[in-house]
Amino acid sequence: MSPPAAHALEPAGAAPARPKLARYVLPLVLFLALALVPFVARWGGEGYILALAIRVMIFGIAALSLDLILGYGALVSFGHAAFLGIGAYAVGILASHGFNDLFLQLAAALVFSALFALVTGAISLRTKGVYFIMITLAFGQMLYFLATSLAAYGGDDGLTLPTRSLVFGAPVLRGGFAFYYVVLGCLVASYVLCRCVVASRFGRVLRGTRENPVRMQAIGYNPFSYQLAAYVIAGTICGLAGVLLANQTEFVSPAYMTWQRSGELIIMVIVGGLASLHGAIIGAAAYLLLEEQLAGYTEHWKMIFGPMLVLLVLFARGGILGLFRRSGRG
Amino acid sequence: MSTTLLLVQTLNGLQFGIILFLIAAGLTLVFGVMDFINLAHGVQYMVGAYFAAAFTAMTGSFFLGLALALPAALAFGLLLEVLVFRHLYDRDHLDQVLATFGIILFLNQGVKFVWGAAPLFVPIPPLLSGSIELMPGLLYPVYRLAILAAGLAVAALLFVLVSKTRAGMLVRAGATNAAMVSALGVDIRRLFMVVFGFGAMLAGFAGAMVAPILSVEPGMGDNILILAFVVIVIGGIGSIRGALLAALLIGLVDTLGRSFGPNILRLFLDPAMASQTGRALAPMLIYILMAAVLFFRPSGLFPVKR
Repeated sequence: MSPPAAHALEPAGAAPARPKLARYVLPLVLFLALALVPFVARWGGEGYILALAIRVMIFGIAALSLDLILGYGALVSFGHAAFLGIGAYAVGILASHGFNDLFLQLAAALVFSALFALVTGAISLRTKGVYFIMITLAFGQMLYFLATSLAAYGGDDGLTLPTRSLVFGAPVLRGGFAFYYVVLGCLVASYVLCRCVVASRFGRVLRGTRENPVRMQAIGYNPFSYQLAAYVIAGTICGLAGVLLANQTEFVSPAYMTWQRSGELIIMVIVGGLASLHGAIIGAAAYLLLEEQLAGYTEHWKMIFGPMLVLLVLFARGGILGLFRRSGRG
Repeated sequence: MSTTLLLVQTLNGLQFGIILFLIAAGLTLVFGVMDFINLAHGVQYMVGAYFAAAFTAMTGSFFLGLALALPAALAFGLLLEVLVFRHLYDRDHLDQVLATFGIILFLNQGVKFVWGAAPLFVPIPPLLSGSIELMPGLLYPVYRLAILAAGLAVAALLFVLVSKTRAGMLVRAGATNAAMVSALGVDIRRLFMVVFGFGAMLAGFAGAMVAPILSVEPGMGDNILILAFVVIVIGGIGSIRGALLAALLIGLVDTLGRSFGPNILRLFLDPAMASQTGRALAPMLIYILMAAVLFFRPSGLFPVKR
């Protein structure tokens, strides 16, 4: 929030202080490491490691889409998990009627996510600050209760998929290896898309509205339409994550869109570091791996994780990437 | 749709509303005065219920248990304030959401650790058990009436406190402009602490009161927290009057919507369709109401004037 608005409109590349390392090398290393995971995993626990890494990447997509509006637009959406649910239910509902084609399911998921984002975003963006947090929460809850009442599709208990999505009738996603690289491809594509959005003129205006919407309005931009467009893009990408999540678990349930899940997505973004995109992926990895690790020690892992979160907020501002940056500046 | 059923459900709705008000009152004051989003307010309700259950089991009397649970809930709220919350007042909302979310995780698991995952049951005190006949053919449990009466009494007390006393005046002034109150020589930190402790105690009181009619279990505060947020957002953040009206409105809409929604829809749709849609719509009603209110009045029904 602190830099003056004049700086906010400078192109990102003009900032000399930010080391190039964090901006290009770190994401490249990250994706390279993810690409190598299946080969490393061959030495032991292949299925387990692949499943965990796939989960990390799926939530990485969701978190990075949230980072687009949360980090770059300062729009604290507390209902982002709803889009995970839309994506997952698009797969589940179509599959239960016998439509197993991936592209059909994907199209439905993306269209409905975009529509839901467009309608709820247009209403939510009329409000500011905490009212925005609460109204996005309300829309998330609406969808959650709608899903619990869909008796034909499992209601509260959820719905087991008959099969993973088919590509032109072929069970391409069934193998762990192939599915892994499909998810990785989606992650990289989402990252590149968001990176382009952020680097474009649109992205600079969005950051301008984050810093000072009144000044942006004064120089002739309408913050509402830029924020709404960002909201729709973020929701649509998160819908993609929902499609992948349903395919990984082969199960769809309202639990994907509880408000606690939305809270977890916010945690992932903040833990990794706001407004950096790859930070959100690192945050998702940190959250899920820590959860896995702590849950291995004790069933009461949340008693350790909760205080860690509090300490993180109190003492480590800027998240994991913040630590990198601080050490980089010396 | 008989009149008796309608009356019973209206009473249930009012009773639910008054419980919501007890929780929302603390939340709206903490929010209005300190500009602090406290997601952990719901677990304070849960902790109050657990204290009541534990002390009731210990002393063998619900009233003694309640009398012990209140100061315990107050002390617990103050402890959280000193340990965590006071370091967050100057932070942005996102930090507050995150830290208080961490507290939710900790406490939900903490009560499981201490009392086990199975729900605890608190017996209804013998003095307040049984039902009375309010009207011919209308039996209503005494305990639920007692909740309604106690809640209304606390609400009345709260109004007197906030509108007639010096402390209440400071709270109202703080909700309007905390910086100015501080500049006039009031110890704003102490005011925050008092408001916070009081809010925690009200939430704890609500939890203790419903302990005999609901099961006391981990996570019981999570959903009611969201409802309390809906209440304060509809009412206008920082407004006690708004919170009361919105709480009663939400209580009634939710209870009546769930019991009569399908019947009302049957007037327009065929029965199978109506019951299906009714069951789907009922839990969504209050969120639709909230979205509608915010659409037309983006800062709630009774915004605090700044």
